Amino acid sequence: MKKLTALLLCGITAVSLLTGCGSDSNAGVNGEVYVYNWGEYIDPETLDMFEEETGIKVIYDEFDINENMYPKVEAGAVAYDVVCPSDYMIQKMIDNGLLQELNFDNMPNAKANIGAQYYEQAAAFDPGNKYCVPYCWGTVGILYNKTMVTEPVTSWSILWDEKYDDNILMQDSVRDAFMVALKAKGYSMNTMDKSQLEEVTNDLIAQKPLVQAYVLDQVRDKMIGGEAALGVIYSGEAIYTQRDNADLEYVIPEEGTNVWIDGWVVPKNAPNKENAEKFIDFMCRGDIALMNFEYITYSTPNTAAQALIEDEDIKNSKIAFPDLSQYENLETYRYLGEEGDELYNSLWKKVKG
Amino acid sequence: MSKKLLSAPYLFWSVMFILIPLGMVFYYGFTDKTGAFTLDNIIAITTAEHSKALWEALKLSFISTLICFLLAYPLALILSSRNVKQNSFLILIFILPMWMNFLLRTLAWQTLLEKTGVINSILKFLNLPTLNIINKPEAIVLGMVYNFLPFMVLPLYNVLVKIDKNVINAARDLGANSVQTFFKIIFPLSLPGVFSGITMVFVPALTTFVISNILGGSKILLIGNVIEQEFTQTGNWHLGSGLSIVLMVFIIINMVISALTDKDGEAQGL
Repeated sequence: MKKLTALLLCGITAVSLLTGCGSDSNAGVNGEVYVYNWGEYIDPETLDMFEEETGIKVIYDEFDINENMYPKVEAGAVAYDVVCPSDYMIQKMIDNGLLQELNFDNMPNAKANIGAQYYEQAAAFDPGNKYCVPYCWGTVGILYNKTMVTEPVTSWSILWDEKYDDNILMQDSVRDAFMVALKAKGYSMNTMDKSQLEEVTNDLIAQKPLVQAYVLDQVRDKMIGGEAALGVIYSGEAIYTQRDNADLEYVIPEEGTNVWIDGWVVPKNAPNKENAEKFIDFMCRGDIALMNFEYITYSTPNTAAQALIEDEDIKNSKIAFPDLSQYENLETYRYLGEEGDELYNSLWKKVKG
Repeated sequence: MSKKLLSAPYLFWSVMFILIPLGMVFYYGFTDKTGAFTLDNIIAITTAEHSKALWEALKLSFISTLICFLLAYPLALILSSRNVKQNSFLILIFILPMWMNFLLRTLAWQTLLEKTGVINSILKFLNLPTLNIINKPEAIVLGMVYNFLPFMVLPLYNVLVKIDKNVINAARDLGANSVQTFFKIIFPLSLPGVFSGITMVFVPALTTFVISNILGGSKILLIGNVIEQEFTQTGNWHLGSGLSIVLMVFIIINMVISALTDKDGEAQGL
């Protein structure tokens, strides 16, 4: 039922967004901005506020996985002004010349409010911080239901435990699935070592009968509804699910995990670059970043927003702002080149087939 | 001249949305990334993952088509033997779910079939054993049958209702019992509808990727899923097109069979 109501609500908000734009006499007088973002990754109210304050009309599209976003931007059938991919995908877009450099002089908030350590982290995939303004960051971990899992969850290997047959949800995305299997074995999640990759491919195939389903965003609803005992999930979703189901607990396994950053970038073929920078800068404003943080519950790299958080629980949340110094093997995805893409994709097809 | 003009919109439509896209599929299917001619994308069907996905798709869509046929034929018989007023109401009830979006209906089945879903909650309440088919091939077959059943019923109903009652009466007059009448008269006369229905169920079932994704938990890879992923995720349009061409062969075989048996075009009036 929950899912249906969620769908209906989505429909209603989509319609109200449209009518909202239509009735607002101000919107559109200063042109448009085409935004391509993850699903449910923004507070829709901030879009209305942006339209009202700037007179720029927002045309907003959503994707559910980096790999779906890339071919669309590459094909250029719709020329987006602002896109919000993850680290390795940003690197791939830079390498393939799909992005243009940002002018930070037009974005004072982006300069001032985003913490220096996040720019530093982003420099790993965006050398010199020319292309990307960090929007959210987080980890990947295991969300488990305390009523179904009584033992302590510390390791990725619990996802191979036969006790939890038909009770495990895996991510239906090639890099995340391989990250879990590689980290469980203590390997790097950016490995190009064929023997390591073949080994974990077999692990993933062995795991498949235990897996209830390979899912993306649905992991959230399924865990809230008590459909499964264990699920691989992004940290931001974990806080959201706990609000609806107090039995859920999030852990980062001790073997380490993926520390990711999603950031705003501007494609090379963007027709409204100035508006794009205005949009990015608006999203970096402390109060707006706070609204988004409270709405989507993904960790914000925005120090101005962090300072504005009033809710003590959230402020001290280990999920939103984890102490990462206790983990040794944290990594960020790197783009592995065309060769790496092909290798991972062909192995993933073997797992799924 | 005026007749030719009338067909212009249709011609425009079929060139723009059938011929040109088909040409593009063939272009991509027979070239590699550099644009050079290759058969690799076609031969790729022989790799273990692809042939398994094709086999799974053929198997599940065959089972679904068979179930659809077994469910639809009696229903179409009942519908065709009633008077027109009752009929239109019954058919309306039957088509009513199609007014709702296909995707929503399939998502609704997911919610119904889940472990903690509606059906299992009721079964548990009644102390009955729970139904555990979600994310299994059975759930995909259920989704296919549910979504495509009307496409089997309507062509069957169309041919059955057109059978001249005098032919049936003549058979009875000459001493045939009802079983003989059915097998010697009614069923042979309804064959065009049977084949038309089979095509209309088998083809969408064979190519679906939405049903297998939503009800199969992405655990069962059908050929439609492989092709979809080549286009949306892997970005290899050449391989996706090559596999589509292979799939087209199976669809064309099916359509040739049904065209050969439906020479009069009786079941086309859907």
